Amino acid sequence: MPKNQGKHESQPPSDPVLHVIQIRSSDDVSRVREALRRCCVERRFGDLALSRLVTAASELTRNLLQYAGRGEVAIAEVVDGDRVGLRVRFDDVGPGIEDVEAALSEGFSSSDGLGLGLGGARRLVDEFEIIEHSAAGTRILVTQWSRP
Amino acid sequence: MEHIPIVRLGDYLLVSIQVDVHDRLALKLQEDLSAAIRQHDASGVLIEVSSLDTLDTFIGQVLAEIAATSRLLGAETVLCGVRPAVALTLVELGVSLDSVHTALDVDRGCIWLRDRLAEQDAAESRCRRIKGNMSRSPLRTLSCT
Repeated sequence: MPKNQGKHESQPPSDPVLHVIQIRSSDDVSRVREALRRCCVERRFGDLALSRLVTAASELTRNLLQYAGRGEVAIAEVVDGDRVGLRVRFDDVGPGIEDVEAALSEGFSSSDGLGLGLGGARRLVDEFEIIEHSAAGTRILVTQWSRP
Repeated sequence: MEHIPIVRLGDYLLVSIQVDVHDRLALKLQEDLSAAIRQHDASGVLIEVSSLDTLDTFIGQVLAEIAATSRLLGAETVLCGVRPAVALTLVELGVSLDSVHTALDVDRGCIWLRDRLAEQDAAESRCRRIKGNMSRSPLRTLSCT
């Protein structure tokens, strides 16, 4: 029986957060990549899993910066049986994504850039979830499992 | 300000990117390279990226712009040493880098540049010969064809 059952009656214990990075300028995109790269190496992610996750995070952080101007990126470790993974949360404080389906479609871009951001990033990770898209902002969760 | 060193290698310029490139650094490289091509009258640019474990769309775009700018300045660009995992990621992301020539490593990049520039030289000298003939005797040129 889990020790923390009493404390978390209705919700599972949250994943241990390893890094929280405030996103203000394009320099922070590189900070997210560096932090995530270290986390991947520590968990023995293979070359491809690392490249895919770090690239996806780079695109999503840039996306966040481009549309919202600022936000927060948090990296957490997730464990599922004997699998270890990394879950990255992207929170913006901007206007949110009005049309999620369109934003995920190929070539969509409401600002300048290559228009590969969201859809491209989704293809790179094992799990991809847009949790809320309201006036309060958008939260995107991506998870990548370690593969040697 | 930090920068990525540009090394002169005969008629070519060699840039080896060893660390994560943040956006400002990438834009600085683009600027520095254009100036260096001009200064050294370089005919080729080799960009070596075998240390990089990621390349995102922004860096991809900067590399494509570097190749385009260099060409306008009379230099060809070769991207050398893209890692297999990075190549797979770029393709999945939808970045094909069609406009940038690539080579497995710097050695092969140099060979490609040498061949490419030799082709261009041959084409140029053919052009000069034809022009020369035309200025001397347009009739002779016509009779040749």
